[in-house]
Amino acid sequence: MNVSEKTVRGDGTNNSATRNRVSVLVVDDDPTIRTIHKALLSSMGMEVEVASDGQQAVNLHQMGASYNLVFMDMDMPVMDGLQATRKLRAMGIKTMIVGVTSRNFGSDIQDFLQAGLNYCIVKPLTIEKVTPLIGEVIRNM
Amino acid sequence: MDNTNQVRQQVANMRRSLFDQGYLDDQFIQLEDLQDDANPKFVEEVVTLYYNDSARLIQNIEQALFNRPIDFGKLDDYMHQFKGSSSSIGAKKVKIECQQFRVYCIAGNADGCSRTFQQIKQEYACLRRKLQTYFQLVSQAGQAESA
Repeated sequence: MNVSEKTVRGDGTNNSATRNRVSVLVVDDDPTIRTIHKALLSSMGMEVEVASDGQQAVNLHQMGASYNLVFMDMDMPVMDGLQATRKLRAMGIKTMIVGVTSRNFGSDIQDFLQAGLNYCIVKPLTIEKVTPLIGEVIRNM
Repeated sequence: MDNTNQVRQQVANMRRSLFDQGYLDDQFIQLEDLQDDANPKFVEEVVTLYYNDSARLIQNIEQALFNRPIDFGKLDDYMHQFKGSSSSIGAKKVKIECQQFRVYCIAGNADGCSRTFQQIKQEYACLRRKLQTYFQLVSQAGQAESA
């Protein structure tokens, strides 16, 4: 299966946002979920990159990548979603970051939101859940 | 043409039974909706990816159950991951058993966890066999159509 995980060129060129296409970063340690979410978002016309943990997501941004939208899983090894979100916000990243979790506890979700998310949604992503977010991203582009 | 219709009917029947018998839920339909001419085997590829990757999680859980004392926190984390992955392909019975496992985990019930884990492995293996048969039928239907 061709699951492309684009890397950022070291010259800092932004290889993600192209005119009229919303660029999205999907951050999830589960390869099955990454694949499904990438396929879903691509089918909606978005340009999708993936990262397998929060550290990778931070690294991509540090190397100059930028996105219109980031879907951030909560529980990941190396660096979890909360830490990654806090780091991205501390770096001055203003991109819409949407937490994605299967956790039920309100306190977990509250902590995640307080880390700097714009929204938090329950897995899995669906067209119904994603469409209003894309609408908001496009309005702010 | 008769053969094509026959195989197509078998595919439809098997698919319906997977849902009726509770092996799959709506999430599987979401995967089917993502399959198209550009990616005609998307569902089968995702299921294969799930089984390949989840073998690692099963091993982690097995090891965590074997360790003494049992770290129920770690066990719960592993099962949370496995449940999430299983849910993503619509593995309904597997997901239900995972939920039961987590109840025992939170209660610190090692026997309950062990028993439920055996059940999880059974459902996991059973679904794998059924989906393998299903995808073989789907492939035959595709071949019959193009013949």
